[in-house]
Amino acid sequence: MSSGIAIRTHNLTRRFGTLVAVDRVNLTVPRAHIYGFLGPNGSGKSTTIRMLCGLLKPSAGEAEVLGLNIPREAEVLKRKIGYMTQRFSLYEDLSIIENLEFIAEVYSLSRTRRHERIAQQLELFDLKDRIKQRAGTLSGGQKQRLALAAATLHEPELLFLDEPTSAVDPQSRRDFWEFLFQLANHGTTILVSTHYMDEAERCHALAILDRGSMVADGTPKALEANIDAHVIEIERADLHAARQLLLQVPRVLSVTQLGVRLRVLVDHAVDDATGFIKDALRASQPGVDVQLVRASLEDVFVAATQLRNRERAA
Amino acid sequence: MNSLRRIFAILQKEIRQLSRDRLTFGMIIGIPMIQIALFGFAINTDVRHLRAAVADESNTELSRTLAADAQATQVIDVIAHVRTATELEALLRDGDIDVGLYIPPDYPRRLQQRDRSAAQLLVDGSDPIILSAARQLATLTQHYDSEPPQSLRAALFDIRNHFNPERRSAVNVVPALMGVILTMTMVLFTAVAIVRERERGNLELLINTPVKTVELMIGKIVPYIFIGLVQVTLIVLLGMLLFRVPIEGTVANVYLGSLALIAANLSLGLLISTLAQSQFQAMQMTFFFFLPSILLSGFMFPFAGMPKAAQYIAEVLPLTHFVRIIRGVMLRGADLVHMVPDLGALFAFTAVTLTLAVLRFHKRLD
Ligand SMILES: Nc1ncnc2c1ncn2[C@@H]1O[C@H](COP(=O)(O)OP(=O)(O)O)[C@@H](O)[C@H]1O
Ligand SMILES: [Mg+2]
Repeated sequence: MSSGIAIRTHNLTRRFGTLVAVDRVNLTVPRAHIYGFLGPNGSGKSTTIRMLCGLLKPSAGEAEVLGLNIPREAEVLKRKIGYMTQRFSLYEDLSIIENLEFIAEVYSLSRTRRHERIAQQLELFDLKDRIKQRAGTLSGGQKQRLALAAATLHEPELLFLDEPTSAVDPQSRRDFWEFLFQLANHGTTILVSTHYMDEAERCHALAILDRGSMVADGTPKALEANIDAHVIEIERADLHAARQLLLQVPRVLSVTQLGVRLRVLVDHAVDDATGFIKDALRASQPGVDVQLVRASLEDVFVAATQLRNRERAA
Repeated sequence: MNSLRRIFAILQKEIRQLSRDRLTFGMIIGIPMIQIALFGFAINTDVRHLRAAVADESNTELSRTLAADAQATQVIDVIAHVRTATELEALLRDGDIDVGLYIPPDYPRRLQQRDRSAAQLLVDGSDPIILSAARQLATLTQHYDSEPPQSLRAALFDIRNHFNPERRSAVNVVPALMGVILTMTMVLFTAVAIVRERERGNLELLINTPVKTVELMIGKIVPYIFIGLVQVTLIVLLGMLLFRVPIEGTVANVYLGSLALIAANLSLGLLISTLAQSQFQAMQMTFFFFLPSILLSGFMFPFAGMPKAAQYIAEVLPLTHFVRIIRGVMLRGADLVHMVPDLGALFAFTAVTLTLAVLRFHKRLD
């Protein structure tokens, strides 16, 4: 199947006992895109990825990955995908070169191809100076590079990366993303989960997950533009008192302190959000500076999850 | 072709990891050595200075020579002389002596008769050391001052084996010990080898590659078959060198019988690996299986002496069948052809556990 869609799911659901870890998720991931899964711990990112790889059986719903029905055709899929697990899952008691050779054998790369690919990967991921070092003794960044080198050794069409940068310093994260863009430019589809907003912003498109549900999806721009809330910033106020007060106001979705400012999300249904906030603070803090600002991805995330909470409570 | 390559890749990786895992490597060699040393010490046949008493009701020149010869072996120290067999038994029961030498009144006449033993050794058979020592004594022959030794007589002594009807010695224990060691190590090693990968997260990566379940299992098992055979060789050699344990049957039969047990244990290990969530659980399950194996297989206690229910359970355990096979092959010179029921039981056990393991092992996490 060479259509433009790499992954499509319909009401994908996974239960563990009574816990619904993934709840009716509908995904559409275009090919050659970097698609993000943004969500806090326990929101179902890993579980969704595992279902898409065929490692976990969905409790309900359908998934089609690279045109294959999952989990029925999972074995065929395995040659076409690479998977970088959340936890380092190469062999810590084997050296870098031994790990890569093992992976090459398991994917049945031809002898010449194997040498070529391993040499390329060692070069690309800056591992060639330490090929004999045991994987267990590598630093977080080195481990991550080795894991990615292994996951892409057989040049998969589709790459799953489960929180790949959680144990890595900022410089390594930047380098890592550079590499992801190179891959995507060559046509690889990448699904990457993260809980970093800056990473989510770099994705072509993303889905926001919250407690198993997909609460929003789209390009970062579209998500920011279509946020279901007004974003307000408050300055020159007794921030602590203002925050306490605003938290009591209905239709205020969230209040977050950012240095000397308060960032407030107000329900979309409110027409004049700045006026609304000023009114709320008029009695106690008349001199405050209230401004409507552009939404960030984090605002989108907070608004989506807060709105869902309210719906639930209602 | 690709399948073979993947199996070989797993095999090679397994051997590499094994050679770096000092603990497991130590266990492979260490367990047989320690066990042989422990059991070997306990069953050391070369015992000296057992406390003994003599009841010489014959009181003739011949009987006094016999008592002196027994003392001269240094196996026993005669610490008392009593008058009757009853007194000897009392001393034995109270634990005052280990061996009682009873020479009946008609000793000289008995010596002439071939079908009866001339004298008796009363032995505290509850202790295998003493029992084997007594056997050594029983090889004594009557010395005559004038005539040449009588070679016609098969046994001078009749060993009255008190408290332990089944005779045991290194010869009897070492072959069965091989089975015990294989049961302990083979089950544990395979179970842990796979559970460890799950625990460390390696399995999540591995099952996401084109590796097939069967390839994974073969790649994991084959190194341990070799390890099992190394252990067999080690035990047989130590048994021969230290305790002169014979191989009456053929060496090929020893290895074939051992392979059947190794196969049964490795499949069980695989099955356990599909059930256990952690290495600790795998160890618990192995132990849960190991204990009845050791107790009921006939290794510790004579099979015939066990209650019926225990015998039925024992028939399910691979070790029971192996103990029969290996004692037959090594001690009685039996051929495997004559041990089809026991071999069949081992194959059946292997087939059932292996099938269950393959069915239970999914290339999935749930
Ligand atoms: N094998 C499992 N058994 C039971 N519960 C699980 C299992 N795997 C995940 N969960 C639960 O499912 C939820 C989602 O987990 P996960 O997909 O790992 O979230 P994330 O990757 O976003 O942190 C969590 O509440 C987690 O505890
Ligand atoms: Mg996760």
